[in-house]
Amino acid sequence: MQTFVTDVLCIGAGLAGERVAIAAAEAGFDATCLSIVPARRSHSAAAQGGMQAALGNCSMGEGDSPDVHFVDTVKGSDWGCDQEVARLFCDNAPIAMRQMAHWGVPWNRVVPGKRHYYKGGERFEKEEKAEKAGLITARAFGGTAKWRTCYTSDGTGHTVLYTMDNRAAQLGVTVHDKVEVVSIIHDAGQCLGAVARCLRTGELRVYLAKATLVASGGFGRIYRESTNAVINDGGAHAAVLDTGVVPLGNMEAVQFHPTGIVPTYILVTEGCRGDGGTLLDVNGERFMHLYEPEKAELASRDVVSRWMMHHIREGKGVKSPYGEHLWLDIRHLGERHIRVKLREVDEICHNFLGIDPVESLIPVKPVQHYSMGGIRTNKDGKAYGLEGLFAAGEAACWDMHGFNRLGGNSLAETVVAGMLVGAKLVEYLRGREAVWNTAAVRDAVLRVEDRIERLRTGTDGGENVYAVRDAMQDALQDGVHIFRNADGLGRAVDSLREIHARAKRLGLRSNGVGANPELAMALKLPGMVRLALCVAHGALMRTESRGSHAREDHPERNDRDWLNRTLATWPGESDELPTLTYEPATRVMEMPPGDRGYGNGTIIPMDAGENNS
Amino acid sequence: MTRNLTFSIFRYNPMDRTSTPHMDTFVVPETSSMTLFIALTRIREEQDPSLQFDFCCRAGICGACGMLVNGRPNLACKTKTKELPDVVTLLPLPIFRLVGDLSVDTGTWFREMYSRVGSWIHTDREFDPLAEEERMDNALANEIYELERCIECGCCIAGCATARMRRDFLGAAGLNRVARFMLDPRDQRTEKDFFEIIGDDEGIFGCMGLLGCEDVCPKGLPLQDQLGFLRRRMGLAAIRSFLPGGK
Ligand SMILES: Cc1cc2nc3c(=O)[nH]c(=O)nc-3n(C[C@H](O)[C@H](O)[C@H](O)COP(=O)(O)OP(=O)(O)OC[C@H]3O[C@@H](n4cnc5c(N)ncnc54)[C@H](O)[C@@H]3O)c2cc1C
Ligand code: SF4
Ligand code: SF4
Ligand code: FES
Repeated sequence: MQTFVTDVLCIGAGLAGERVAIAAAEAGFDATCLSIVPARRSHSAAAQGGMQAALGNCSMGEGDSPDVHFVDTVKGSDWGCDQEVARLFCDNAPIAMRQMAHWGVPWNRVVPGKRHYYKGGERFEKEEKAEKAGLITARAFGGTAKWRTCYTSDGTGHTVLYTMDNRAAQLGVTVHDKVEVVSIIHDAGQCLGAVARCLRTGELRVYLAKATLVASGGFGRIYRESTNAVINDGGAHAAVLDTGVVPLGNMEAVQFHPTGIVPTYILVTEGCRGDGGTLLDVNGERFMHLYEPEKAELASRDVVSRWMMHHIREGKGVKSPYGEHLWLDIRHLGERHIRVKLREVDEICHNFLGIDPVESLIPVKPVQHYSMGGIRTNKDGKAYGLEGLFAAGEAACWDMHGFNRLGGNSLAETVVAGMLVGAKLVEYLRGREAVWNTAAVRDAVLRVEDRIERLRTGTDGGENVYAVRDAMQDALQDGVHIFRNADGLGRAVDSLREIHARAKRLGLRSNGVGANPELAMALKLPGMVRLALCVAHGALMRTESRGSHAREDHPERNDRDWLNRTLATWPGESDELPTLTYEPATRVMEMPPGDRGYGNGTIIPMDAGENNS
Repeated sequence: MTRNLTFSIFRYNPMDRTSTPHMDTFVVPETSSMTLFIALTRIREEQDPSLQFDFCCRAGICGACGMLVNGRPNLACKTKTKELPDVVTLLPLPIFRLVGDLSVDTGTWFREMYSRVGSWIHTDREFDPLAEEERMDNALANEIYELERCIECGCCIAGCATARMRRDFLGAAGLNRVARFMLDPRDQRTEKDFFEIIGDDEGIFGCMGLLGCEDVCPKGLPLQDQLGFLRRRMGLAAIRSFLPGGK
């Protein structure tokens, strides 16, 4: 077995992982990033829209500032975020964007002159100023007061990640791709590194580090239907939860997007509805206006998703080999509009569905999109519970998104958090000597070896890996989706407990030799079910509606009792449920809770009695 | 309407001493809007859980799923079964090291490429966090983006006769990468510097110009134009270096 020793181990080579590795390398430390896939295939590459930073260069962004960005972010979070973190983020985002420009991102730039743009189907005019020519420009995104989203055509994540990886290569950051972390090595409250499996050979490896960073992205794949890459399955989150001492924050905060195409759940943009597209049911009839007479299809993401699921439950879904769905109709927008203004949608329909949206309906349904929850860190990116463990990016609950993240804020988070956490991590490394307790390391490896052996020989049982995974996904899909209520959540928690027991009795059907994919899934599946339980149990306990967490039986946002963050740990191996505790959402309250101005829910104010946290 | 699709798939697990290279056959009933991503996932989950293949974004964005589909390099995730005959042969991309079955190691190949071409902006300017960003013409930014759209799927390398003969050939993806930095005013490398990287048979002079690469590039990158552009620039650079006072 190979052992690698490094100063910083980054679990993940997406934007967040590489940005931290770069900070360490710039300070003269050794940095190693691990990734399931080549770094540039990380899911950061899939973000097309863009990233927010208050540069205020374009005309529609005039008057923007980190303060305005801060207000948007805190409102967006439904006051669930850590306001100190949101402040740090907004203040530093412009610097991070300019730095990415310096390193090579071909940001779209301001072009002086008059131009048209559309809003709600109407045409407006704007004029870009000559003195701003060539500065980084921005586009509009939902939930923001100004145009603030920096972009490179339709490939923002791609260009930013390629630039980041170039910079990492230049500084000599080591990237080991096709390597998957299976467990975290820790001893006496100190994180020592990780045990990983090489996905080329199947061999186990040990990585020892003075500091370990988890930047493994989202865990959307615990849901069956998700816009996330197939590798975003929470394997690294599970490894962290299994330490028993590190909490995951706000796991119940899961974002859904209304229009994932069926069957592959690739996203088609909200722009379809923005431009006048409609949603139809099995009878070819519109339904959104029945539920939301005023806004209909143009209500906010979570609201539209909710009514879509409701309508399917009413028996109005379209049956398909991939389950029930609804239709998105953009035919009436006309061929010219579709081919030009909705080019990306047109291409997705042709490439992945083999249909022409000018003539055909698009099969869609709401799907999991983003994980607000994750490894809970303080504002420096230090994980709670273990010295030497850090987290950043979508994997972390740093927590600037609270219960709902704004479009364009997560890509920006990876880079800004990477920069700030990177600096803190360097501070941590300075003057620190590494001491490895070899017995702890050996134990960690033996445990994984033992698990592999038992899976191969079927010692614990013969449960089928994919059947158990399907059962977990069904439980979440049915009970912990957009609609939430005590009944559904209770049922989901009960069935997930049974599924958890089954996940301890997995046996492989193949021989498990080499880079065997069934073994990879079997190793992380019990941990994935534990993540699912953190989501479901946390959602059951949170008796209010906040951001994406919408309880039908508790429709009000309850600032009196729930202006707090859920922390989930899994202290005992034989536990059947996570242990939940709570902490205040924010220590510093720069902006007291108020109305978001959208989503029109009722609020139980903070001072209506005592606070339970 | 439903067809049964027969997949003939290359199998070999180099880590398994009992494994020898061979083809396996799987039959899958076709469903509407089926892609190779869906079909292969079904085969793995319902028929043979040891089957190795790579998908990541499954949306034609990340480049993980390059393979030979009926002999032609392509992205499997955006290949619809509807457009394929009843029998489909799937082979791993050639040239890259085989990991197992349909999975190959593109990561190592591309990482070597970056270090050979110095795939980053070479500059001695320091970043100033307090300063306004350096301005750039939007048209130029778009031109750079056009060349940066390569997703490193490896299809152009797998479809290139020179790359098959010379393991050290940079290939269309590598040469395109150089063109991207030549275009970028932030990169201070000179023509001579670039000539040193690509001015030989492992670089632009090894390219036979038959354009297998551009035909198979799933992103439709303008590889032909770039190869022509580099050949001219490097040809001129070579001539200049013989002239008195040439640099
Ligand atoms: C379709 C889509 C579109 C989006 N568009 C936008 C947008 O326009 N704007 C925006 O702001 N946000 C967008 N987002 C969100 C944003 O892209 C992500 O939140 C962000 O890129 C996450 O970056 P990251 O660095 O945290 O993780 P990732 O880029 O996901 O990287 C995770 C890394 O961890 C590695 N890894 C995972 N598990 C393990 C393990 N067990 N062992 C070793 N390595 C592991 C992976 O290989 C990978 O390298 C979008 C998301 C999706 C799904
Ligand atoms: S044109 Fe050049 S790079 Fe492209 S396939 Fe032919 S030899 Fe290879
Ligand atoms: S140039 Fe095209 S074919 Fe070649 S690696 Fe890039 S995207 Fe793939
Ligand atoms: S899986 Fe990403 S391009 Fe096919």
